[in-house]
Amino acid sequence: MRSSWWKILSVLLLLYTFIGGLLMYVPRLDIVNETIRILYFHVPMWFGMISLFAASTWYAIRYLRNPGTFNDIYSVQLANVGFAYGMLGILTGMVWAKYAWGSWWHGDPKQNGAAITLLVYSAFFVLRASIENEDQRARLSAIYNIFAFIAMIPLLFIIPRMQDSLHPGSGGNPGFNMYDLDNSMKTVFYPACIGWILLGFWIASLRIRFRLIEEKYSLS
Amino acid sequence: MKYLLAILALTFSFASSFAQQQDPEMADVMRSNGKIYVVVTAIVIILVGLLVYLFLLDKKITRLERKIEDNR
Repeated sequence: MRSSWWKILSVLLLLYTFIGGLLMYVPRLDIVNETIRILYFHVPMWFGMISLFAASTWYAIRYLRNPGTFNDIYSVQLANVGFAYGMLGILTGMVWAKYAWGSWWHGDPKQNGAAITLLVYSAFFVLRASIENEDQRARLSAIYNIFAFIAMIPLLFIIPRMQDSLHPGSGGNPGFNMYDLDNSMKTVFYPACIGWILLGFWIASLRIRFRLIEEKYSLS
Repeated sequence: MKYLLAILALTFSFASSFAQQQDPEMADVMRSNGKIYVVVTAIVIILVGLLVYLFLLDKKITRLERKIEDNR
């Protein structure tokens, strides 16, 4: 086990999230009722995705400054786990939307923005898979990766705020801070975010180490 | 006295109806009879199982890395 303290921290925070997230006090509100607890699981997926994509972009920039397979592997594997987090985020969002809004896909600006973000990133993997030459693949995908991260920012943070949205926290709807008048949910929400983000980086680190071994033996 | 009682009764009825409006339905029964702990136990078992699996995978990769280091 390499540098295990943050992995243990992740385990402890996630255990706290699962236990505290279901048992601790949440504000009593109409429509959302107990589903407010999804906040501890759905929102950290997006925070995790953004953190992983940011780290992926960081390594993409590093690759362009200093081309080496090492940076490319880091960048791709971080994006991989980030994409998985995004898929989980959108699926949990759809389940909640079915309950709170009445349909799986409501065409809400926030839903559409998240879907387009994931499509932009899925094009990243298509791009990688379509180039034979390794250096070319790494260089082009690094450039595209930076574009994808920049494209994500308006799609997730700006456009949904400019339109009417039913999503909590946008279009004048009460968000996390308004649900949370007495700060009771923050005691679980912040640890949950850190725990899920650390778990994402843990899984990414395993994928990276696996790919580095493969690379060493030119197995791929 | 009659008036006072009437006012009191009205106030209480108003207060109780107001309280009902203020109190959205939550899974209180599930909490009071303790069945929520069944749910918590089940999901914690799955979480722990998956995390243990991840730990073992981590250990396996570490062992592989050590083997490669030793062979060099």
